[in-house]
Amino acid sequence: MDIDAGLLPAFARGCAVLGSGGGGPVRIGRAAALQALEDFGPVRVVAPGALDPDTLVMPIGTAGSAEVMAERVGGTEEPLHLRAKIEELYGGRVGAVMASEIGGANGCLAVAWAARLGLPLVDADGMGRAFPRMDQCVMELAGLSPTPAVLCDERGRTVVIDHVTGPWLERLVRAALEAFGGQAATSEYVLRGHQVPAATALGTVTRAVELGTRLPDPILTGKIAEVGPSILVEGLGPDAGRLARVEAGSEYLAVIEDGEPVAAVPDVIALLDTRTGEIVPADEVRYGLRVRVLRVPCDPVWHTPAGLRLAGPAAFGLTGLPEPVAARRTAGDGGSP
Amino acid sequence: MRIGIDVGGTNTDAALIGDDGQVLATVKSPTTEDVTGGVAAALAGLGATRVSAVMIGTTHFVNALVEAARLEPVAAVRLGLPATAALPPLVDWPDRLRAAVEGAVHLCRGGHEYDGTPISDPDPDELKRVAADIRERGLRSVAISSVFSPVSDASERRAAEILAAELGPDVHLSLSSEIGKVGLLARENATIVNAALRPLAERTVAAFGEALLRAGITAPLFLSQNDGTLMDVDHARRYPVATFASGPTNSMRGAAYLSGLTDCAVVDIGGTTSDVGILVGGFPREAAGEALVAEVRTNFRIPDVLSIGIGGGSIIAADGSAGPRSVGYRLTSEALVFGGGTLTATDLAVAAGRAEIGDLSRVAGIDPARPLALIAERVAEAVDRMRTSAAPLPVVLVGGGSILVEELPGFSDVRRPPHFEVANAVGAAIAQVGGEVDRVFSGPRETVLAEARAEAVTRAERAGARAGSVRIVDVEELPLAYLPGDSVRVRVKAVGDLDLDKLGEAGRHA
Repeated sequence: MDIDAGLLPAFARGCAVLGSGGGGPVRIGRAAALQALEDFGPVRVVAPGALDPDTLVMPIGTAGSAEVMAERVGGTEEPLHLRAKIEELYGGRVGAVMASEIGGANGCLAVAWAARLGLPLVDADGMGRAFPRMDQCVMELAGLSPTPAVLCDERGRTVVIDHVTGPWLERLVRAALEAFGGQAATSEYVLRGHQVPAATALGTVTRAVELGTRLPDPILTGKIAEVGPSILVEGLGPDAGRLARVEAGSEYLAVIEDGEPVAAVPDVIALLDTRTGEIVPADEVRYGLRVRVLRVPCDPVWHTPAGLRLAGPAAFGLTGLPEPVAARRTAGDGGSP
Repeated sequence: MRIGIDVGGTNTDAALIGDDGQVLATVKSPTTEDVTGGVAAALAGLGATRVSAVMIGTTHFVNALVEAARLEPVAAVRLGLPATAALPPLVDWPDRLRAAVEGAVHLCRGGHEYDGTPISDPDPDELKRVAADIRERGLRSVAISSVFSPVSDASERRAAEILAAELGPDVHLSLSSEIGKVGLLARENATIVNAALRPLAERTVAAFGEALLRAGITAPLFLSQNDGTLMDVDHARRYPVATFASGPTNSMRGAAYLSGLTDCAVVDIGGTTSDVGILVGGFPREAAGEALVAEVRTNFRIPDVLSIGIGGGSIIAADGSAGPRSVGYRLTSEALVFGGGTLTATDLAVAAGRAEIGDLSRVAGIDPARPLALIAERVAEAVDRMRTSAAPLPVVLVGGGSILVEELPGFSDVRRPPHFEVANAVGAAIAQVGGEVDRVFSGPRETVLAEARAEAVTRAERAGARAGSVRIVDVEELPLAYLPGDSVRVRVKAVGDLDLDKLGEAGRHA
């Protein structure tokens, strides 16, 4: 599969779904990808199993505040500086890039940067969705070292972080971001081709395209009836009489109906505006919006005990939440979601 | 006395308001091709010349953008390199409009970080080369944007100085820091639109002044802005983009004035659409995110309006549903009550005895109950979408088409005030002047808020508000995620009464 200007809208929509209400402004990421595809041509998507075992795979993304991204937009040179430093640190040439985070703006940025670098994009990513912390990724679960990790800006001002664990990487990156003006390009958890199949969320580029082409059936259709500490969705039409509570932080975290969670992090929750057909970010939910509430299963690795410790409900302060009904059915079957 | 005029696509409405606030006279006349003919006719209809001010709201500029006509090619100059290079200016514009507006695109050094630190300093030599290119191409309007200019406009001002010195006074400069808020592409788009409209704004404002003079009126002229406040003619020449949404704003503000309510929903039912908005503290609630205007994504301040395809001219289908197709301005020839052959929403209102228009006998066999109930349901649903809480909300109906609706399911307080048909012109006449701050502040919360409030008040007074009459109408704080704890984006809006003495000659149109 190649991602070209024709496939990009579906891919970007899938990234918005997998953002679970967060992950930054997809609109800017999509526009940057479109520009790069026009300037450099389509991006080849390579299956994880088809990678040369020794090839260096560079995860890429942007860390920082959505407001800063809406203003600084992004330069053209960040991926070049990242690659040069990663090649220097790890020895050898980078053979492919991978999205650190498929959900939200970073999924689209990976396409933009793959095009600029003339490198293939691995059909996988670090999270299978969006998460707020850099260390909430499958490579961390697989025991890979996050460092040496690289942060840089568009003119090549670079910070290398080394000899730290995932949580410490997060801590040091946040500290460096302030000096960078609230936004930086990053590469962490760099890996080799042979490590990709066991240490990443697989098939997620394809999955984003599929989701963007055909959304799953909603678990509830209704209107936003209250926006407060929680979001209330009142069922409409065939769902009239139902009432669900949506918990959200930077992302949507849980959908609770009759005291029972019908969806919860680490699974993906998306709200679709039925009037515009757009995916609604968590910070743009408003009273009266007509929405479809979607649940998209996450990569099964997130339902293992270690996965839930790193990115389950408790990691987001939601305690006492039983495993969602649907997840209890599918967890442990080992198959792709 | 004041005169308010609303120049819409179909009608030019005018209202004469006495010093005690009473509506003394109203008039509706067709909008003419040259816009000013309708204004002249409306002024003649009111027949008053000894007035203290004339306020005009117009859709003329937004229509030019929608039609991609009468636009000036623009040089878009962005300061921010090496940041922002991933997305050059005009990248997300529809092709047709881009072809009409794009004169040249220049990416230059300059711009700031969120805390005001320069990204790079503007380079005078680089900007002189840009000026030479603009001169070479014969472009007369320039849009200047820079990264985080709502935090610091230093780069934009420096670039404007250099370009003005190189290009002379005949080239217009539009600065993004004076037009939009945080969000580079959307703010830059609004600035480019503004630049493209500058020559048209000069001509139109001059023509309005001419129409006033010919009607024997020497009072100062003001134009209404998107947020329901006024700008003088000099400001209007420079910031035509600020008039884009003045139509719905004026009808909402007029509805507030005529009904005496400050917090309510307003439904303005015209010939083709019903526009629903929410008034908070007497001002329209503004759209939160970015707004598409003629397919261009902008973020200037516009009211949050939901339009549905129901109006007085809506065609009623066999199943009883109304719209979105409408007979529009041909209502007076095509509706059944006017001898035409099309069943319209207006015919239903006449059949139901809600209006006495045309020939009642021509709709004798029609049962209007079910289709009118369907219309009421859809309008009620639109109002429900716009409300922000489940608390009871009064609904004010205005516009010529509001005779279609008497009750709305789910809303107990629905009213139609006197002069409802010219609420937009009344809204223009009663407008106040305002000042707004929207930028990222750092520091202790109390200090930051005090600083922002003081700045908003100063801006309102500078815009012509009487000192002492200015009050803060809106404060919004937005902590920035993933930034140091004390960075917060603050929006403060202040408004006050227009002080005609203070404006003196500044507001004169002649």
